[in-house]
Amino acid sequence: MGNLLEHMGIERDRINFSWISSAEATKFVEVVKEISNKVRALGPNKKLVKDYN
Amino acid sequence: MDTCIQKIREIAFQLLDKKEVERVIGFSNGTIPMATSPITIASKQDTEKLVFNSTCGLNLANYIRQQKGKIAVIAKGCDTRNIVTHIIENQVKRDQIYIIGVPCKGMINKSKIKALFEDEIIKFDEDGEILNVESSSKKEKLNKKDYLRHNCSLCQHRNPVIYDVLAGERVEEQIIDVPYPDVEKIAAMDADTRWGHFQDLTKNCIRCYACRNACPLCYCPTCFVDESGPQWVGKGQDKTDVNTFHFLRAFHCAGRCTDCGACVEACPMEINVRDFTRKLNKDSLDMFGWEAGLDLTKRPPLDAYSPDDPNHFIK
Repeated sequence: MGNLLEHMGIERDRINFSWISSAEATKFVEVVKEISNKVRALGPNKKLVKDYN
Repeated sequence: MDTCIQKIREIAFQLLDKKEVERVIGFSNGTIPMATSPITIASKQDTEKLVFNSTCGLNLANYIRQQKGKIAVIAKGCDTRNIVTHIIENQVKRDQIYIIGVPCKGMINKSKIKALFEDEIIKFDEDGEILNVESSSKKEKLNKKDYLRHNCSLCQHRNPVIYDVLAGERVEEQIIDVPYPDVEKIAAMDADTRWGHFQDLTKNCIRCYACRNACPLCYCPTCFVDESGPQWVGKGQDKTDVNTFHFLRAFHCAGRCTDCGACVEACPMEINVRDFTRKLNKDSLDMFGWEAGLDLTKRPPLDAYSPDDPNHFIK
């Protein structure tokens, strides 16, 4: 799925997959931080965004 | 391929005469030249209506589900792969289907031929590898191999993979060194150009769903685009909704698509929706060594877990 989105031109770093157990709070925080940093670096997404106005 | 029609009619006649099958699904002539449409026949007198030529681009595996009694179906190489997929996915039972396999040398790209003429085509017939096409103003003799559909020109499974009887001699399989040149071409672009390419590709889509309806894989009782509670995707022409439809439909076909080209054949706007599905076919091959519909005993890659599955994407 990530590959097809990337093929369509969506930046790879916007698509993230992870498996986190409910007991792994630390891993959850780490993954969220990492993803936030990657997405922040990319800036706002302009692709596949619906304009409701 | 024109000689095999006699054989097809003969087989169909015998099957209906001996009541071995209740119906035969095949192609009949359409209402205009260079067009054929699917037909179901139940009486042996009607077998004369059956035709088979290079314009039979639809996939008859799409019509074998939810049939009562035993039915016969005429199937090209790709169609038989979709029948295999149907059997694996429990849509039909093997013993319910009598497969009349047709070794296939490819179907023609009708829009490429239409583009040669300024006016309407009034006559079309084929003589072996030569296509005779005629409009009111001119006649053309064309080499079939120059006018093959893109998927047929890259086809590596021309012979039926499963059949009860063959209606013609097996044909030589093509050896293709680079099976996915189109996918590689898109992959070589940068992200924004790729995005532009797909925006451009779908810009004429009218959301008629002909691609979905022609696809033998799209048999969900309610398609996600038709759901209203929840409504997964908007129903209008908004470009994000159009892209979401094409993206998700393609993904539902991941590891199942045989690249039969029925979606493109059915599209009234001549959109090459295969640009979506082919990427997934290439991924299935690269990541799982999988081509859909070749083996009745193997589960599709997205349906089975193996410790060898690639998992680099997950953290």
